[in-house]
This record gives sequence, C-alpha cells and structure tokens, in this order.
Amino acid sequence: MAEGAALPVETMTGPVVTGRSLWAEARGRLVRNRAALTSIIVLTLIALACIFGPFFTGHPFDRVYTDYVKVPASFEAYPKPDQIVPQVERIGARVRAKAENIRTDNGIVHVTLVSSSARPIDERLLAYFERSDLFGTATVVERQEEGRRLVIDVPVKRQHFFFGTDANGRDLLTRTMKAGQISLSIGLLATFVAILIGVIYGATSGYLGGRVDLVMMRIVDILYSLPFIFFVIMLVVFFGRNFILMFIAVGAVEWLDMARIVRGQTLSIKRQEYVQAAEALGVETKGIIRRHVIPNTLGPVVVYMTLLVPKVILLESFLSFLGLGVQEPNTSLGVLISEGAKNIQGATWMLLHPSITLVAILFCLNFIGDGLRDALDPKDR
Amino acid sequence: MGEAVLSVRNLHVRFRTGDGILHAVKGIDLDVPAGETVAIVGESGSGKSQTMMSVMGLLATNGWAEGSVRYRGQELVGLSPEKLNAYRGSKLTMIFQEPMTSLDPLYRIGNQLALPLMAHSKMGKAAARKRAIELLELVRIPDPARRIDAYPHEMSGGQRQRVMIAMALANNPDVLIADEPTTALDVTVQAQILELLRDLQQRLGMSIVFITHDLGIVRRFADRTYVLKRGEVVESGNTGDIFASPKHPYTQMLIDAEPQGRKEPVPADAPVVMEARNIQVTFALEKNLFGKVTRILRAVDDVSFAVRSGETVGIVGESGSGKSTLGRAILKLQPASGMLRFEDRSLMPLDRSGMRPLRRHLQLVFQDPFGSLSPRMTAGEIVTEGLLVHEPSIPRKERDRRAAQAFEEVQLDPAWRNRFPHEFSGGQRQRIAIARAMILHPKLVVLDEPTSALDRSVQKEIVELLRNLQKAHGLAYVFISHDLAVVRALSDEIMVMKTGKVVERGSAEEIFERPREAYTRDLIAAAFLAERGNAATGSQPLVS
Repeated sequence: MAEGAALPVETMTGPVVTGRSLWAEARGRLVRNRAALTSIIVLTLIALACIFGPFFTGHPFDRVYTDYVKVPASFEAYPKPDQIVPQVERIGARVRAKAENIRTDNGIVHVTLVSSSARPIDERLLAYFERSDLFGTATVVERQEEGRRLVIDVPVKRQHFFFGTDANGRDLLTRTMKAGQISLSIGLLATFVAILIGVIYGATSGYLGGRVDLVMMRIVDILYSLPFIFFVIMLVVFFGRNFILMFIAVGAVEWLDMARIVRGQTLSIKRQEYVQAAEALGVETKGIIRRHVIPNTLGPVVVYMTLLVPKVILLESFLSFLGLGVQEPNTSLGVLISEGAKNIQGATWMLLHPSITLVAILFCLNFIGDGLRDALDPKDR
Repeated sequence: MGEAVLSVRNLHVRFRTGDGILHAVKGIDLDVPAGETVAIVGESGSGKSQTMMSVMGLLATNGWAEGSVRYRGQELVGLSPEKLNAYRGSKLTMIFQEPMTSLDPLYRIGNQLALPLMAHSKMGKAAARKRAIELLELVRIPDPARRIDAYPHEMSGGQRQRVMIAMALANNPDVLIADEPTTALDVTVQAQILELLRDLQQRLGMSIVFITHDLGIVRRFADRTYVLKRGEVVESGNTGDIFASPKHPYTQMLIDAEPQGRKEPVPADAPVVMEARNIQVTFALEKNLFGKVTRILRAVDDVSFAVRSGETVGIVGESGSGKSTLGRAILKLQPASGMLRFEDRSLMPLDRSGMRPLRRHLQLVFQDPFGSLSPRMTAGEIVTEGLLVHEPSIPRKERDRRAAQAFEEVQLDPAWRNRFPHEFSGGQRQRIAIARAMILHPKLVVLDEPTSALDRSVQKEIVELLRNLQKAHGLAYVFISHDLAVVRALSDEIMVMKTGKVVERGSAEEIFERPREAYTRDLIAAAFLAERGNAATGSQPLVS
C-alpha cells in the first residue's frame, strides 16, 4: 500500500454488517431476567406516577384540609355519612342556630336551621359551610318565621383520600408522590454527580499511577475520614437548609466509593494489552482514558449505580428523618416516614404508605442492580 | 486392545445459551482400554474438553449430557453428584490446563494433597501426610518432605502441574484425564511433564485420556487417537495408522498444519531500520527504607542487534527469558538503557511526546487476540485508532475507507468492520490486531508471540499473512516466540535468550542445523517432538 493511497475500494459495495455490542448482548440478558424486567416495569410505573400523579389526585401537595386531619386511608369518598351530621351541627352552632331534619340525598344535605335566639339567622354566616372542607355553597330554599328558621340545601364536596391524610390534613397520596419525585431525583442526581466525579477521578488516578495516584487516593482517604453526619450538619449550619445542599453533601461523599472502584478496575485494565497497544500507537493519555479505560470500567459502574441510587435515597431519608433534609412544605419519603413514625399509634397509614413506596422503589432498584450484574458479568459470555 | 475401562456411547452435550441451544458434542462413541493412552485431538471448539467434562459430571450449569458413559459397566450419565463422587476424584481423575489456577492459593500443597486421601481412602491425618510425601516423590518433586509445606505460589508452573498430577494419582485411579496438561508450560518443561506421565503410566498401569490440540504429543504418547471436529469424531484408530495414512481431510489438514517454507534472504544493501546496542532493562525488586534499590532483576542484559528493512529477527526463549521485555524496550514502551537508533535518529533522548510522531513507524502485535482488542469498540474503530492520532485531519469517510482497505489487506471481509471483537474467532481477531498495526504503514513491527494462542491451522494462515505483508511493504520484523517451528518459518536471524542474555545467535539455518548451546538444543528438541516421534513410528512400536 502506498503512503496515503487513495485507491477506490470496489469491494466496499456489500452492505456493512452491524455488530452486536456487549451492551446490546447485556440488554438481551437483562430482559430475559424476569425479576429484573418486572422491577424495571414497576419502577417505571412508580416513577411515572410520581411525576404525573400529583396532577390527577385533585389535591395540591401543600393544601391543608383542616376538617380532615389524620383521616384514615379509604377508597370511599369523604366525607363519610357519619361525619356529615356532627359537622352540620357544629356549623349550625356557629351561625347561632340549631340544625334539624338533617337529610342527605344525592350528595346534597337538606337542613333546617332554627335560630337559637329571637333574632333571625344572619345569612352571611352561611359562608361557614363553604369554608368547611366538607361542603359547597349553601343555598337557602325557604325562609320561615321571618328568617328565624331557614331551610337550606348544602352540596357535599366529595373528596378521595386513598392514602388518608397527615397530621396537618394534607392528602397523603399526593404527598407520597411528591416525596417520591424528590427522593428519586435526589437519588438519580446525586448518583450522577457521584459517578461523574468518581469515574473521572478514579480512572485518572489509576491510569497515571505512581506518585499522582498516591496523592489522589490520599485525598480520597482524608475525605473518607470526615464523619458524614457531622459534615452535613456543618453544611446546614453554614448555608441553611437547602435542596441543592443535599446533592452536594451526598454527592461529595458517595463519589469516594466510586473513585475507589473505578481506580481498582483501571489498574487491571491498564495491564490489558489493548491499552498497551494504544500506547504503542501513540494515543495520548486523555484519549486512552476516554476511549479505552472508561468504557471498560462502565460495567461495574452501572451495577454500582443501581445500588447507589437506593443508598442515596436511604441516606436522604435518614437526613430528612433527622430533620436535616428537605424543607416543608416540600417533602421526601424520609420526611413522611419520620412523621408517620411519630403518629404510629393513631394513624398507621401515615407510616405504612410512604414506607411501602420506599420499599418498593428500593426493591426494584436492587433487583435491577442484581440483574445488571448478571447481565454484564463477563464470565457468562 | 484390552477391555475398555471407560466407554462412551452416543454422547450428546448441549448448552443453553442466550442465542438458543448450542449442540457442542454430537453423538460421540469412544473407548478407553485399560492401561492405554487415548488421545482426543481437535481444534478449539471441537468439543474435546466438553466430552470429558461430561464424563466427570463437571459441565457448566447451563449444559447437560445425554447418552451413555460407562465406567466398568457402571452408567455415569444421570448419576447424582453424591454417587458420582464415589468414582470421580478416586477412580476417574482429571488434570487441567492451567496449573496456576487449579491449586487453591490459600492452602499448603500438603493439605490439598491430603484432602482427597482423607475423603476417599478414609486415611488419618498422619497417614495422609505420609502418602502425600510419597506422591510428591512419585512425581519427582525434589525434597518432598520440605516442599509439602510450600504454598502454590512458591512453586513454578511445571512443579504445580506435577502437584496436580500427584493429586490426581492420590487414590490410584483407573483413568487419568489430562486436559491440555502442558499447553500453559514452557516447551522444555512440557517435555518433562510428558515424560513423567508416560513413566507413571508404565509404573501404575492406568489409562490416560489425553485431550490436546498438539499433534506432536499425540504422535509420541497415544496408542489410540480420536480426531474431533465440531462435536463429531471424524476419524479414529491406532495412532500410527492415523499418522501414516490419514483418511479424513480434516485430519490431513491438522497433520500438515505445521508452518511451511523458509524466509527468503534480504539483499545485503537493505537499509538498517533499527539498531539497538547494549540494551539493558532492570527492575527494582527491593528497596530499603530510604528508597534506595537494594536488589535488582536484570530482565534484559546487554543485548545488541540490528534489523534491516525486509528482515526478520527472531527472538526465542522460555518464559522469563526477557524476550518480551526486550521487544517493549526497543519500542520505548519500557524504560531501558543503552543505545537505540531508528533509521538515523536516536530514540533514547526522546520522551513520550517526542516519540509520538515516530510511533506510526514502530508497531506492536500481541500474543493474546482476546486481550489486545478493546471489547467495547468496533473492529473498525480499533483499526483506525492510529489514524486518529497520526492523521487527525482526515475525514471520517476517508478513515472508514482506509479501515476497509486494511481489512482487505489482512483478508477479512470489510463488511464486518462494525462488528465487535467478541464476534470474531481467535484467528480473525489476530488479523484485526495486525490490521491495526498495518494501517499506519509502519517500518518495523514487533510481533510478540502473535501465533501462540491460535490453533495450528490458523497459525499457518497467520504466518502466511505476515510473510506476504512483509514482502509487499518491505517491513522489518522482530519476531518473539517460544515456538521454534514458527520462528524457523519466518526468521532470517535468530537470537536465543536465557535469563535476559543472548546465549546464541546466528542465521536461522545455523541455529537449527548446528546449535552450539545445550539450551538451544533443548528448545529445539522440545519443539520438534513431532518430527522425532514421526521417526520413531517407523522403527519401533509405540508405548504399550
């Protein structure tokens, strides 16, 4: 072949065969793993529910229903029939009247209010009905005895609280979804940050080796030795509670593991002949790390990632449990579980539902991690 | 032929893989007569190992065997592992290819030897230890009473293989299955291990099943031979008959697979491409507290040579002789001292970035075609990586065209360039590795055992390819190998290395016809077992 030959290659006419990369093969194995596939589907559904669910529950996540504090989870609509009468009587008392003949049909309460004094009932006070979370606007059907006796119709506002409500009367379903959103996004973002820093740092340290490696890994050791909780409390004290701070705190700690794993991988990849071949070709260090080292460490990295996400979610839950995490009215699974734990005696659902959600997410992630490890295991090839 | 101790009838082995069911062994019949050696020969993927693995009940979890395997009338296929354990490990034993990993590094070899004795022969601890020492003596480990307390890492590869054999012999087996027992060893050690096995067979009277791809061994050691191809027996019979008149074309091909031909000499006025003088490579083995080196290993000790364009210098020697280190040192991939000149430039003062523009002229091909290609890149990307470095300006399309061209040059279908390395066979991968070196039009290529990991028939093709490429481009080769047959077919000049020093050098003809050193003679003798064995078949009967 002459130097820089520009021969036309006739034989290139045939179609170019596309190869099946290791990733494609691993994907095939993963899909055949039933536990992993189920987990992927379940996790996707949970994630979709967390992202879009809050738009469909009919309750904003921070709306307080003062009349529905700590109501149990139920598939039936609130208010329950036995709640209506006492509530109507209470409101009746506030408008200085006595409620009589309380009848409910078709979601409308028919009430006769009888003034408890000689004066007629102040109709403006009927706004109390509207202010309650149970009823709509009251309409006066009939005025008797010069306004001392009013027959009114009050529509019942039907609300669903599938997961019940919390101690402040907020819909727990919406809050759980919101919490899932925040937990998942912290999990994914912090993991992403940890992996980005960890992979680059670890691969560089491992590949360069020698003194550079020594210094870089000692820095990791020093950061390791900082007590994590202490570190987070310091951050909170200096910068106040902040969503972003969570990422920084978690990411800053979790990349250390990643860096060590990737460094270990790199040390063995460095001895592989394809890296030596690249050196013999004169490829620059940057190119070797980017094209040869990092792609070949990604198998364990992906596995570690799926196991890191639940770890980070748990960590965030733990911080939130301690009161160092996200701030009200925002919430996370950890916060919800913490509140649920406080109310475990009277309101088990407050603990149960966020816990089940968290456990489901963690289960799925762990199964996916296991499946990925099997799928990417080179020994299976 | 005596009574068959082990008889295999219509054995099928299948594996459940991601791409469906793989039928690895397709209805094999074979008999192992008492006290004889049976060889099972075939290239990689012929199912020769899996046949014996299924006899031993050692198939991978996704595999299963059907058919019949009878040991003295007892059916072994379908036996529960507990029942099978009454036979395997005591009456049927096996040794493996890799002595480095077959021994548990955490236990002293004495413990590992005593374990099967205590399990199968119900010996006490002291008796087992005594027997272990006897066994070590049997396999000729020097000073067995002391070595019994050694850990595996304290022994050489050959010694470890001896320990493995001792373990296999512990319970006086009827059948010893040896799965490529010498492939991972140096040629001279190989010969000793084979000698030992033959001697043990004569003394102990067991049958040996020899699984191998190396016909030289077969010719010398086996009474009967079965030739396997893609899971089927294509030919079987007396070893002598098979070698004298092979009937099946596949057997003929295997027998003729020795690399043929000799190198044409280079014209005397060919320019010197690389000259190396007094090359030394040292490794620090120990340092004292202040970082001062107290013990060094001279891996390459004062080696000088020159390669002219179109010439091949062969470097032979056993593992640890420093030949690979020398190959890396002359490419400046390994710090070394001495004088190194490429064409008219001295390489020694150049640093990493200074070397970069010269790298395209100095290329390297490795031994292991599975390790030298990055598994995450397509073959095309691998081949064109050098262009990215040395001709970064050329557009993608042109790079692709050059890749196709390089593929053609190494006789691979260019349409395969988007495939990944694991989709190619060993020989094809080695072609890709060669294409990666050739795409830059180098002047000197260091070939570090490029054929050692390949089947004989593939080796032959690669040797042919290398020879053609050299002729077409006037390449200078530095050819490193322990396989003298291949070295002979390719080299003009040969250097024999031992513990870092060149002990003998000369033209290929001189070295092979009139070797001066005993070491060289050993190497040659070990490498040409086949030819010697061939001579033997004519005059005397084989081991019986």
